[in-house]
Amino acid sequence: MQELGKVESNSTRIIRQDDKRVTIEKDLDTEHMVLSMGPQHPSTHGVLRLECITDGEVVVEAEPYLGYLHRCFEKHCEKIDYPAIVPYTDRMDYLAGMNSELAYCITVEKLLDIEIPRRVEFIRVIVSELNRIASHLVAIGTYAIDLGAFTPFLFCFRDREHIMNLLEWISGARMLYNYIWIGGLAYDVPADFKKRVDEFVTYFRPKAVELYKLLTENEIFVKRTYDIGIMPADVAINYGWSGPMLRGSGVKWDLRRNDPYSIYPELDFEVPVPDGKFSVVGDCLSRHLVRALEMEESLRIIEQCLAKMPEEPNFNSRALIPKKIRPKAGEVYGRAENPRGELGYYIVSDGKSTSPIRCKARSSCFVNLSAMKDLSKGQLIPDLVAIIGSIDIVLGEVDR
Amino acid sequence: MEEAANQMSPAVRESKTAYDNIRERFGDAISEFDANPTMPFFEVLDASRWVDIALYMRDNSLLQFNYLACLSGVDYPEEQKVGIVCNFECIGKYTHRIAVKVKCQRDGGSIPSVSCVWHTANWHEREAYDMYGMVFEGHPDLRRILCPEDWTGYPLRKDYQVQETYHGIKVPY
Repeated sequence: MQELGKVESNSTRIIRQDDKRVTIEKDLDTEHMVLSMGPQHPSTHGVLRLECITDGEVVVEAEPYLGYLHRCFEKHCEKIDYPAIVPYTDRMDYLAGMNSELAYCITVEKLLDIEIPRRVEFIRVIVSELNRIASHLVAIGTYAIDLGAFTPFLFCFRDREHIMNLLEWISGARMLYNYIWIGGLAYDVPADFKKRVDEFVTYFRPKAVELYKLLTENEIFVKRTYDIGIMPADVAINYGWSGPMLRGSGVKWDLRRNDPYSIYPELDFEVPVPDGKFSVVGDCLSRHLVRALEMEESLRIIEQCLAKMPEEPNFNSRALIPKKIRPKAGEVYGRAENPRGELGYYIVSDGKSTSPIRCKARSSCFVNLSAMKDLSKGQLIPDLVAIIGSIDIVLGEVDR
Repeated sequence: MEEAANQMSPAVRESKTAYDNIRERFGDAISEFDANPTMPFFEVLDASRWVDIALYMRDNSLLQFNYLACLSGVDYPEEQKVGIVCNFECIGKYTHRIAVKVKCQRDGGSIPSVSCVWHTANWHEREAYDMYGMVFEGHPDLRRILCPEDWTGYPLRKDYQVQETYHGIKVPY
């Protein structure tokens, strides 16, 4: 009797008997297979590689591999001046450039301890809420496409185009704005800005309802996301989740409310949290639901800002920008609520140099993605796609 | 002393209260409180007690720092040290926040890992190791995360020299 080969310990063996017959031992085990998903895979939203160990259709473990887009953001920051970092922050979360700029600028302003003109604050909030809607539209559209629904994607991108046009009109760029500067803005808004933003709000409100009916209440979509990838609230907090991910797990935590910055304390808006009637709290559908409902809240914020924004003829948005930005020695951790969660910057200044000696970006997707290994255990492969989509990652921010 | 306490903003005063609680329990293992207005912090002087301090901070009913917002590696070339800065806060019962610093020797130094206390620390510690080269003792999976696994050197150290070639490709551009 000669053993020709064996797979995994003693369970599966190919044996040649003495009379030259080849037999296979009966007590077969299914073998684990390694399936590499990505780096070039449409549903990983960029260059992310997931190394899945699968048992048939079930994922035993999925290990994310990152770094394909690593551009040494933090090393660059140590070489360039404070204002020159702003364009780099655009390139991290390229779907929500305004929000990334805002987070960086308020952090440096906290270190500088300077006052910001009120009109600037309102414009900042309006553009970042517009950008939040645009970012959620991409998140929702691409999530639908991951799950096989093409139409909502086209609806989302049609509406997003309006926002892109508005922001291009204000700043001159469609995605990488460099509009919010430390201490001010690159330009004041054009003359009939209020009118056009108001037009957009009137246009978009029914479209958001339409999108909700088309996708969120769609039976097939609900079946694909309901009760999939559940994350309990305490584990979500332990993983450092933030933004729609954490709220999807039922924790009412929004930095615009809980650590307010800019003019958010003056504004009236809800923090949507799933109540468990339509979805299971913490599943993929809840996370999608939070994003869908947040767009309406952003519209409300924009409306209030338009009404309250002070009119100042010949307003110079660069008037209060310091000539040379050299903060006193110290360190600061500042953050803001991005569409994807808490974007934080840890900045250290030595008081002598005009560039930070340390600038760390705490990326929300990076932290949210770190729970992937836990979330994917025991899920079906098609559900894995639903889970990655619900995390809504932007690899530019994950890899920095 | 009391006058100084009165000048603190409410947020810093909250951090100070939390600090006093930790100080009472751990005494000289932690440094004095640095009450700067932008990021109040204390330093863990005895790094071997870092996990105990972390567990106490998370589980004590008066502290409940259940959320590790950020963990950043930092280089201190003039002290010949590298270290981490952790920003904590409580989601739920309290509104207090605090930052903690832990340092170790630049060459061959190590810091105990807190990834068993907060899952967030897992990837953040991998990133700090990738960029600064300090070892996290007891980390379940300490590998490079953003750089390729066969990269040499620790890019965010102040004296970092980029390698000339990587797999036959010229690196500096």
